[in-house]
Amino acid sequence: MNIIVCMKQIPDLQQIRIKERKPVLEGVPLIFGDMDKNALEEAVRIKEKMGTGKITVLALGPAKLKDTIKEALAIGADEAVLLIDPAFAGSDSAATAKALAKAIQKMGGYDLILCGEGSTDNYSGQVGPRLAELLDLPQITYVRELEVADGKIKAVRNMEESFEVVEADLPAVVTVAAEINTPRLASLKQILQAARKPVQTWTPADLGLAGDAVGAKGTAVEVLSNLAPETARKQVVFKGELDEVIGNLVDALIKEGVLGR
Amino acid sequence: MAEILVFCEKDDVALELISKGKEFKSALGMSLAAALLGQGAAGKADDYFAYGADRVYVSEDAALVPFTAEAYAEALYQIAQRHGAEVLLLGSTKRGKELAPRVAQKLEAGCITDANSVRVEDGQLVADRYAFGGNTVATGAIKTPQKVIAVMPKTFALGAREAKKGEVVDAALSLKTPRTRVVERKEKAGEAVNLEEAEAIVCIGRGLEKKEDLRIVEELARVLGAEVGCTKSLSTDWGWLSEDRLVGLSGKKVSPRLCVSVGISGQIQYTVGIRGARITVSINKDENAPIFALSDYGVVGNLYEVLPRLTEKLKSL
Ligand SMILES: Cc1cc2nc3c(=O)[nH]c(=O)nc-3n(C[C@H](O)[C@H](O)[C@H](O)COP(=O)(O)OP(=O)(O)OC[C@H]3O[C@@H](n4cnc5c(N)ncnc54)[C@H](O)[C@@H]3O)c2cc1C
Ligand SMILES: Nc1ncnc2c1ncn2[C@@H]1O[C@H](COP(=O)(O)O)[C@@H](O)[C@H]1O
Repeated sequence: MNIIVCMKQIPDLQQIRIKERKPVLEGVPLIFGDMDKNALEEAVRIKEKMGTGKITVLALGPAKLKDTIKEALAIGADEAVLLIDPAFAGSDSAATAKALAKAIQKMGGYDLILCGEGSTDNYSGQVGPRLAELLDLPQITYVRELEVADGKIKAVRNMEESFEVVEADLPAVVTVAAEINTPRLASLKQILQAARKPVQTWTPADLGLAGDAVGAKGTAVEVLSNLAPETARKQVVFKGELDEVIGNLVDALIKEGVLGR
Repeated sequence: MAEILVFCEKDDVALELISKGKEFKSALGMSLAAALLGQGAAGKADDYFAYGADRVYVSEDAALVPFTAEAYAEALYQIAQRHGAEVLLLGSTKRGKELAPRVAQKLEAGCITDANSVRVEDGQLVADRYAFGGNTVATGAIKTPQKVIAVMPKTFALGAREAKKGEVVDAALSLKTPRTRVVERKEKAGEAVNLEEAEAIVCIGRGLEKKEDLRIVEELARVLGAEVGCTKSLSTDWGWLSEDRLVGLSGKKVSPRLCVSVGISGQIQYTVGIRGARITVSINKDENAPIFALSDYGVVGNLYEVLPRLTEKLKSL
């Protein structure tokens, strides 16, 4: 059982500050997306259950990936393929999927491709379905329970009005929802061992892609602006003796005219 | 003539898209068509015409029941190619959101999902969606000849019905049996709650220790005439409240006059959902919680003490 887990490196969104309506990314730690961690955890659980298998993490992003990947290797990935090259910078979902698909074809021999249902920063949910189309595979999205046996998968999907149970033969692309599991943390020993696991770095040329077919030049969507909306809140905070605090709050809400029904 | 092709598996959302599509049609000089796919598709044509579709492509092919992204993407692809669709306007429901990128990939087209505003600027369609987890709003224009935009439900208002007729075209699809098989569907216990229209909302977060304690939240909501909303864990992970009550990036974007956030830290994926509220109040025991910076009024305190006293005080008014 060969599992490929696609993981995107993102800035820790909790640590982003907004300055002049623009996000300040300098100094913000880079981490893997939440649901990508769920996807990795699920891969590790499948491998543990089957007692055999190989997990490869595939990630496209900036050079810092070489640090970020250590955590994924410590948690249980066996190896990693990183798509790092200046030409990849500025990739959108379409350009990312194109490069990831080429890398997956180059690796070959895969049974299951796991993605998050959406990346933590964009949450556009495009890369999984695009990969499925590029690789001509079935896609199963929004998965909250996954079972793998006898070359088949059975999944419970979280839809708006129902839980939908679906089956497909492998290989397939599965995107996982946050509720599928709680990702484990790596132990110190695992972190040390991870340093010995193989990590390959591929460029567009390694994938047979021209430099202008990927990254900003290969995007399908032009971003015209990307700014924080202007919302100024009053930020009045009441603390101290409870009756007084509640009296102050209720007075303020009456003045705002938001209590009348 | 180039065409705008509308599809959503939920007819109410499709009709919103058609209502707005009329505007795009004249601004872009295109015609407006819709795809009607699956069981009972043919019977819906008149409704679609009444809201503004010029033409509908109909298929009740067996491969379209039940819904799979694989079959529906192939169906839309065949219709788009045969009839020259340049713009595909889809609903960003969960099904629409997994369908949009798959059909876009077939068309080698750019795609924007979860669009919450779409408009024509300088002769081209531009769409807004949240980025950086909701920190920013990204406005994008698709550069490829064909364009796929999945629009959040309720983004556009339903237009007025008109006595309009249109053309019914047999989509004449050639589809393979999809490779994903739906073996069972367990309906969720749905709730008749509409947070998007609520005038006041009390949202509860992971500060609540157990499900039984929801009672004190519901009591506050009752005296405020408010609906109860919640953060992610309480609905999708723990099932204490239905997903209809989830507020945030993957839930509802609400715009009440008053929104009270209780035991909620204020992570961006939640706060993006309450941006439209006129007055925001938060109650949190940690005075450094980020939610206070996003609130008009904050109370530092234990919700188990604050809520009953606040409810009591409001009752006494
Ligand atoms: C792609 C993506 C989409 C997401 N979409 C959503 C979404 O739509 N909606 C959503 O909510 N989340 C969403 N999330 C999850 C989000 O990132 C946060 O994990 C979540 O909002 C946190 O919920 P919380 O504030 O209730 O919990 P926590 O962050 O755990 O905060 C709990 C707060 O309660 C306070 N507290 C504890 N006990 C008490 C007490 N007794 N009295 C008072 N205060 C107390 C604590 O001080 C703390 O601030 C999404 C995440 C991702 C990655
Ligand atoms: N740059 C990337 N490298 C590896 N995987 C990615 C990348 N971008 C997106 N993915 C995968 O695709 C999923 C959906 O991403 P998105 O389409 O951006 O919402 C993520 O959860 C990841 O599993």
